[in-house]
Parts: sequence; structure tokens; C-alpha cells
Amino acid sequence: MVGTAANSATVPDIDPILDVSGVTLQYKTKEHLITATYRVDFKVFQSDRFVLLGPSGCGKSTLLKGVAGFMKPVEGTMKLKGNVISRPGPDRVMVFQEFDQLLPWKTVKQNITFALLNGGKCSSRGEADDIAMEYIRKVKLERFENTYPHMLSGGMKQRVAIARGMAMEPDILLMDEPFAALDALTRRQMQEELLQLWEDTKFTVLFVTHSIEEAVIIGSRILILSPHPGQVKAELNAHHLGHENVGETEFMALQERIHKMIFADRVLEDEA
Amino acid sequence: MSDITLTDGVYVRPEFVHKSLGAAGHGEVERRLTWFERISNVEPLRKFSVLILVIVIWQLYTTIWDVHELMFPTFSDTFVALIDSVVNGGLLENVWNSISVLLKGYAIGICIAAVLVVLGVTTRFGDDLLTTLTAMLNPLPAIALLPMAMIWFGLGEDAIIFTLLHSIIWPVALNTHVGFKSVSETLRAVGQNYNLRGVMFIAKILVPAAFPAILTGLRIGWAFAWRTLIAAELVFGGQVQDTSGQLGAEGSNSGGLGWIIFQNQMENQTPYVFAGLFTVIIVGIVIENFVFRNLEDRTVRRWGMQQA
Repeated sequence: MVGTAANSATVPDIDPILDVSGVTLQYKTKEHLITATYRVDFKVFQSDRFVLLGPSGCGKSTLLKGVAGFMKPVEGTMKLKGNVISRPGPDRVMVFQEFDQLLPWKTVKQNITFALLNGGKCSSRGEADDIAMEYIRKVKLERFENTYPHMLSGGMKQRVAIARGMAMEPDILLMDEPFAALDALTRRQMQEELLQLWEDTKFTVLFVTHSIEEAVIIGSRILILSPHPGQVKAELNAHHLGHENVGETEFMALQERIHKMIFADRVLEDEA
Repeated sequence: MSDITLTDGVYVRPEFVHKSLGAAGHGEVERRLTWFERISNVEPLRKFSVLILVIVIWQLYTTIWDVHELMFPTFSDTFVALIDSVVNGGLLENVWNSISVLLKGYAIGICIAAVLVVLGVTTRFGDDLLTTLTAMLNPLPAIALLPMAMIWFGLGEDAIIFTLLHSIIWPVALNTHVGFKSVSETLRAVGQNYNLRGVMFIAKILVPAAFPAILTGLRIGWAFAWRTLIAAELVFGGQVQDTSGQLGAEGSNSGGLGWIIFQNQMENQTPYVFAGLFTVIIVGIVIENFVFRNLEDRTVRRWGMQQA
């Protein structure tokens, strides 16, 4: 489990799954050209629960879009397993915050088989059905396999989206504040379930959040970004902390440390 | 003495925890509605009773005031005329002729609209072309094109189909295009994430996601086309009458429903004119309730994209 004492050993140099180096991302609004991130570097390794954390305006969601291939950097490179990311693809599956990410015209199972068949993961419907059912069971939605998304609660919809993403077995799962639109009780439950799923398959996930607590619970490593434009402030370890540590001294200390890092900027901004 | 104390401005009361009572603790949980409540919840039944009411008023008005048959026939005369038209007057054949012309126009129109919309979502020029064309041509009543169509294509099915195309293409294209544009960024991103591009992206993401709007377009297109068709057949009736005095466009009694109405009016057979009008209404209702309503139930309602 997360948080329990683990064996550690030094490992030789390994290649990261995702290598982001010197990435500057810009997007245009009707009137402005906005620099969302400026020369951001980070590396995500196999089985990382890598969290991008920062206040709004730090470009964390934009970074995720860049990794997903929806945006091209104006500077720097993003490489997935050594290949430069140039467009969206099923090797990087995105789970969004919005509930409407499920196709409303497809049932829970069809939403997953749709991804498997179009994403090139499966070539036959039977195979796709089997994999879909396996992941539906993992997120405990067996009773709802033939239900259309509009009949599901927000939490269930997000579970389907997560199942769909995981079923693709992507090199890296991208999660853009997936629990932000849920109520606090459901959010906590979903965090636990996500960590449980990670225990089972040790997938690599890049997770965006603006909640410090969520970052510490979910993340094994936390990248803290400062806003306007987003720049790397720090990269911290949190692999040893999980739900069971909430309220403990070490958890609180890390939370406080992150809070100060983010808050320090705010004070300076206010003074300026 | 009360067990409430005032502490620091808060009324503090004793805590309590209830033991679960289970179902036995409740009163009535479920009760069947009364017979009348259940009957009045059946929508078709309510609508049908409105229809009956209209018919009763019609019959009473025409008989009590003794309205002349040439002006406004009674419901019973109209009904008899309707039965007679079906049995002896080849009404059904004419209805089928009208509908088959309409279906041809509908099919071609949807294809053309589809091509326009695909161009509209894939290229900027296509988008400009489609928006400008729909803005220009959508307000133009299709029937206004019939005189020119008759010169270009002659007095035949082709001229009618050309006119129908005009009434189908623009509402279908306009609604589909608007529907496509309002598909959420998230759904688009999901489609791209799973490798859907180009035509596959349109077919597998945009079309189903915009289906409520597309269905509206199809409905409006159908309704416009149906009206245009009847009007066109009436005009055709006039044209053919003037030029040849023959029955029907091909000289047979098969000029369609509009033709029947025109023909009976020329012969002062008002109940038969009413029977024709009645048939126009019935076909409209049947298509709406059996075709479009059914399509809606199986798609957008089932998917929760539209409330019941």
C-alpha cells in the first residue's frame, strides 16, 4: 500500500516514459497571445503517479494538452518513449474533468469498446468486449454495463472514463482534474479507488490538480508550478504519503511546505 | 426545565442517534394512482380526445347552422367522401405518388446537404459558402422557384423534385452545421484521442453528438417539403388544366394529393376537397408520430440528449 515502508534500492540510469524539456506553450484568445508555460522541464518514469500542481493560471492543464498532442510547443520538445509528440494518439489517453467526455449515444460497455476498436487496441469485437468487461469490473460497474451515461451519477461517469482510459493500456494516462467536479465524499472514494487500481496494474499517470491535499494523496511525485506564465518551482516526493496519513505530522508538513511555495508568489504578486 | 442551554451565543441541545426503524417504521410507501389519474397520464389518449372535441364542434356547427355544402361540408359528408375517394377515387394511389416523389427529393436533398456540411466543417471556404448560401436561400419559399423550375425542367416530376430540394437542403444543412459547431471541445478531443480523423471523425463523433439538431433539421425539411409538394401539385393542376384539359400531369389520374384537391375544387366537390385536405393532415401526423417520433425515441431520448 501507499505509505507503508518499502524496499528501496539504487537503480542504474533508466529512460523516462515522458521527457518534457524546455517547453513553452502559447495559445491565442481573441485579443491576446498568452504564454501558458515557459521553459518547463520534467521527466515522468514508469509507474509514476506524477502530479502537476499549481494555482489557476500556471498552465498545468495546457501542459497536459500539450502532452496529449492537442497543442504544439513553440519551444522545447516533448518525447514519449523517445518519440517526439506531434499529435493526439491512443498511446496517451486523456481523462477529462467534464462528465460529457463519455459518448452519450453509447452504453458504458460500448464507450470502452469504441475506444478499444478505434484506438487500434483490439481488432475484433469479441476481444474488445472481454477487455471492456474486465475494466468495468475493476471500477465496480458490472451492473451498469448496458446503461447509457445519462443514467449514471457524476462519480460513476468518471469511473467509466477512467476504465476506458485504463483499458487502452496507454504508455501514460493523462488526468485533467478528473475529480474536481465531484462532491467531497465521492472525490475521496474515487481517490482511494484510483490508488487501488494503481496498486493492481502500476500504470503511469500524469495527474493535474489544484488541490494540495489531493496532490499529496494521489502523487508519488509532485511538480509545483508558479503562475503567469507557468514555470517549474519545485519537484517533491510524496510516494510515502496516502489517505491513511491525512492529519499526520509528515503529511501536514508537506502540505504546509507546498502551501508556502504557492502562497509566496501570491504575496509578491499582491505587493507588486 | 428545558434541556437547552445558551453557550457562547449558541443554543446547545442534547445529541441523539436513532435506531433504524426499517420499512415498518414508514407509513404508506407506494400507492396506485386512481383510475382517472392513470388514464389522464396517457398522452395519446388526451390528444385523441382533443381531436374528438374538434370533430364534434365541426359537426354541430355545420348541421345546426345548416352551412352550405359548397362552403363547408359536415364532418360526416367529408368522412363519406374520404371513404369514397379511397375505395373508388384512387386516393391511396395518389397519396403514394406524392410520397414517392417526396422521398426521392428527400433522399437527394439530404445527400446534397451532407456534402455541403462536410465541406463546411472541413474547409474555411466551405464554411463561408454554406453560411452565406443558407442565409440567402433559407428565407426564400421553395414554391416561388416552381415557375422557373417548370421552364427549366418542364411539367414533370423533375420540376417538383427541384423545388423540393430547395425546401430540404437549407434547413437540414443549417441545423446540421449549427449542431456540428456546438459539439463540445471535450467530445472532439475524445474522438481525436482515439485516432478518429476526417470522415470517420464526422461519422462517429460529430453526427451522433449533433443528432438532436440534425433530427430537428430533418423534421423541418420534411415539413417544408410536404407543404411545398402539395402546393406544387396544385399549381401543376392549374397548369395542366390550362394547357391540355387532361387529368393529371401524365394525363392519368395520378397527379398526387394536391392534384386531387385542385381537381375536386374545379368540380365543386367540396367534401372531396375536404377529404383531400384531411389526408394531407393525416399523412403529416403519421409521418411525425410514427417516423420521427420513433427515430427520436430510439436515439436522442434513449441517449438522454433530450428530455421526454
